[in-house]
Amino acid sequence: MIGTPIFDVFSTLLAGVNHASRFNDGGALAAGAWMIPVVPMVMAFLIVFFGKRSPWKGWVMATGTMLFVAIYGMALFLMNLVEGITYQGSVWLSDVGTTAFGVLNVEWGWMVDGLSIMMYFLVGVVGVLIFWYARGYMEDDVRYTWFFASFTLFAGGMLVLVSAPNLIQLIVGWELVGVSSYLLIGHYWEEHQNSSAAIKAFMTNKVADVGLFVGAIIIGVSVGSFRFSEILGVVEGESGDSTLAKYAFWAGLAIFIGAMGKSAQFPLHVWLPDAMAGPTPVSALMHAATMVTAGVYLIGRLFPFYMNDLFASDVRTVIIIVGAATLLLAGLLALVQDDIKRVLAYSTLSQLGYMTAAMGAGAYTAGLFHLFTHGFFKALLFLGAGSIIHAVHSNNMSDMGGLRKYMPRTFWTFLIGSFALAGIFPLAGFWSKDEILASIQYDASHGGGAVASTVLVVAIIGAFVTALYMTRTVYLTFFGKYKGDAHPHESPKTMTLPMVGLTIGAVGLGALNIPGITTWFTDSLAARFVAPGDHHATSIEWVLAIIGTAAALAGIALGYRLWHRDAAIQRDRDTFRIPVLYPLLENKYYIDDFYMGNIIRPVRGPLARAVDWFNSHIIDSVVNGAGYLARGLGKTVYLFDQRGIDGVINVSGFAASFAGGMLRLFQTGRVQHYAIMIFAGTVFLVVGLIIF
Amino acid sequence: MILTDWFTMPENFVYSAIGVTMLATAYRVVTTRNVVHAVLHLVAALAASAALFLLLGAEFVAWTVVLVYIGAVIVLFLFGIMITRAPLGVETELSHPRRIRIPAAIVSFALFLVIGSTMVGAFKDDVIEPAPQGTMEFGITRTADVGQSIFQRFVIPFEVVSVLLLAALIGAIVLARKDPTEEESEATGTMR
Amino acid sequence: MLINQFLLLGAALFSLGVYGVLTRKNAVLVLLSVELMLAAVNINLVAFDRYFVDTEAAGQVFALFVITVAAAEVGIGLAIVLLIFRVRKSANVDEFDLMKL
Repeated sequence: MIGTPIFDVFSTLLAGVNHASRFNDGGALAAGAWMIPVVPMVMAFLIVFFGKRSPWKGWVMATGTMLFVAIYGMALFLMNLVEGITYQGSVWLSDVGTTAFGVLNVEWGWMVDGLSIMMYFLVGVVGVLIFWYARGYMEDDVRYTWFFASFTLFAGGMLVLVSAPNLIQLIVGWELVGVSSYLLIGHYWEEHQNSSAAIKAFMTNKVADVGLFVGAIIIGVSVGSFRFSEILGVVEGESGDSTLAKYAFWAGLAIFIGAMGKSAQFPLHVWLPDAMAGPTPVSALMHAATMVTAGVYLIGRLFPFYMNDLFASDVRTVIIIVGAATLLLAGLLALVQDDIKRVLAYSTLSQLGYMTAAMGAGAYTAGLFHLFTHGFFKALLFLGAGSIIHAVHSNNMSDMGGLRKYMPRTFWTFLIGSFALAGIFPLAGFWSKDEILASIQYDASHGGGAVASTVLVVAIIGAFVTALYMTRTVYLTFFGKYKGDAHPHESPKTMTLPMVGLTIGAVGLGALNIPGITTWFTDSLAARFVAPGDHHATSIEWVLAIIGTAAALAGIALGYRLWHRDAAIQRDRDTFRIPVLYPLLENKYYIDDFYMGNIIRPVRGPLARAVDWFNSHIIDSVVNGAGYLARGLGKTVYLFDQRGIDGVINVSGFAASFAGGMLRLFQTGRVQHYAIMIFAGTVFLVVGLIIF
Repeated sequence: MILTDWFTMPENFVYSAIGVTMLATAYRVVTTRNVVHAVLHLVAALAASAALFLLLGAEFVAWTVVLVYIGAVIVLFLFGIMITRAPLGVETELSHPRRIRIPAAIVSFALFLVIGSTMVGAFKDDVIEPAPQGTMEFGITRTADVGQSIFQRFVIPFEVVSVLLLAALIGAIVLARKDPTEEESEATGTMR
Repeated sequence: MLINQFLLLGAALFSLGVYGVLTRKNAVLVLLSVELMLAAVNINLVAFDRYFVDTEAAGQVFALFVITVAAAEVGIGLAIVLLIFRVRKSANVDEFDLMKL
């Protein structure tokens, strides 16, 4: 937009010109984009210190920050639609110097290209609506200001991650997201299960992070740089005999394991449902715009690396299988949950499976488009669930029912969100899901083979399952008779207006990328230094669109058949049970049990026993030995005493009592006793230093 | 420098007198069985240190010690003693029993040996230049010089210290303030 | 005058202060002993200042800073002792053994 008259913006937008050949550097707007990650990070700390005194106890600061990011993101998004921006700003923090594998520099920078602009837009717009909503939802919270501080840090960490032009900064953002998610999931830490959910999320992510570190180190060492532009430059150069090509499979796999952790792919998904312990706005932001999108984003960022046959293209088979497994298994799990947030959590897992499968099928645009639209309607669904929870004071759908009459605005927005999620024409979810199906089909006929064909079937079944569980949720929540004890009421405007805002996104954003008609989203994502090299549909695949929609409608119909009657006869809870499958689903495929029984307990048990053994054998024997020594000394003293050697008696009696006294000094809880040890230690160290 | 030379210098007489006083009073501070006596001995020890500063030509520091320590801090201590109802008069329970005193003595003596031997090893026979005959100015730091140094070279630490003092003031008030209990505030309420 | 005569005096005073800190039961007396340690540091600072013939009198300036900080420390320290005394009805450091928990 810089240098482009505003009229041209619209005329270019309307003309839909393919601008792929004329990327520019974005001018001052891109050069100033460093503010996008920096402002939230700084603001998070300012809220900690000054939040309580500022208007609305820090809410204004937090939401203002997100509003800034949203506006900046929108401006960049619009400009990118018109002209296509590729810009990379950087500040060289230090020159670490020549290492074994070349010159290593630590760089802080900001990437402004199609992919990161899409994420700025998503985080900013969804973020500001969720922050707005959180004011109503968190109103009575004791740690209100602290919540907004860590919430801002959460968004800021995600922005650091997406603005990273190199793997090191990406890891910094990655860990910031991890640690702030820990803070937020454990926000209600007074209850033990919440804090252990936070620990579970953190630890599961840490396990996956090892993969990211290994992958980043392999890539960094073999390329000699951690910058994406240089890594992908090597990939673009197609030198099959480069060091990177040799290790590409393992590097790609390791990085994907990292992505599996953050994006909660099977079997590292266990943390995400438990992460529902956090406040609902956290779940909304975490599922829609930050955290879980990070893994998909990372694969998108390194996409040419995964596309190129000389590099990690074999990993894509793993990716598509993991994605397909996640989308189906998690979708089935969503069918049996009673906690409404858990239904949505498993639904997120399932949708992330779609994105991952699309990435695995080589569909960069389709995967990220689904990420984008999903961000809006999933945030909407979470905010709706939060509104319901706010009204009935329970997470369980067995305490809900019939809420349609009490909360009409929540009902309608939630219903639209559900339809968008189920992929009903013409909502946003329809277009993105359809594009994924089309891409997988393309992959099946272009080298993906039987795997991709199977995944296509799985994805269609997934669409059916999605519609089924969303229908169930809507019926159990909004229809039938109210089963709870509270007095449900419509939520205040601060909560319903953001939901309306997200509804607009969930309805309209599909128009950004209608195959064959609008290519705005495709074009804007294509603005990158190294072309992603994917295939995207250029016309609507009518057959697939009809099959997908039919699957969704079949799901809705079956759901109607099963739960409408249920709602009508007003059972206490849903009675639909499939014999073998149900226990399996109820126990989450026994994966948590497996982890607990085969990994955590075997490690924790021996570790605890080893510590115990060390404690009882080594430490105790040292203490006992010293005790024996003192007693022996005492006996000796006694002997001397018996012999009546007066002078010696006093000295050794003193020695015995001193030895006993020293032993008792170790843990008394009194500061002075510790001070004695500190000074003695100092003397000991200095003497040691002088002697040696 | 041999010992006889050292003893023939007049300032060393003064030094010896001050040093002995200081050590004796400091010893009494840490061993006496009377709280008020401990404080008064501290006054003497600090006065001795002020005298030592005068001997070293540091006038301003010496008078600051007298004003701040002996004038203000000691009063604060006496208040502290009175408010915490420390036993006035002879009290045998002021120190820990021998079980702790002896290791503490050993540790502090070892500390002295370590510091002392390091100092002796480092500076050996180095001498602080005495004032040459007839030039009394040499070796004496004028208050004006200290002031210039504080407000030019060390102005930032000075400002930091002033903030620290303010923070300590506020902190002490906040800590020591007695929050009115409910009955008390109700009582004042009815009085109004 | 030898520099060491001052430094050794400082070391002795410091050690006495340490001894006091370690052995005194009454919290006010512990603070008194800390003052002794700080005085010892001041002696060292001034002696070094004199020894190195510093034109900016850095040692003395820092001795002044130490005095100031010591004043602040006494204020806060006594306030804390007072607070503990109110809660525990005693200024006896023996009874502050919460670190054992």
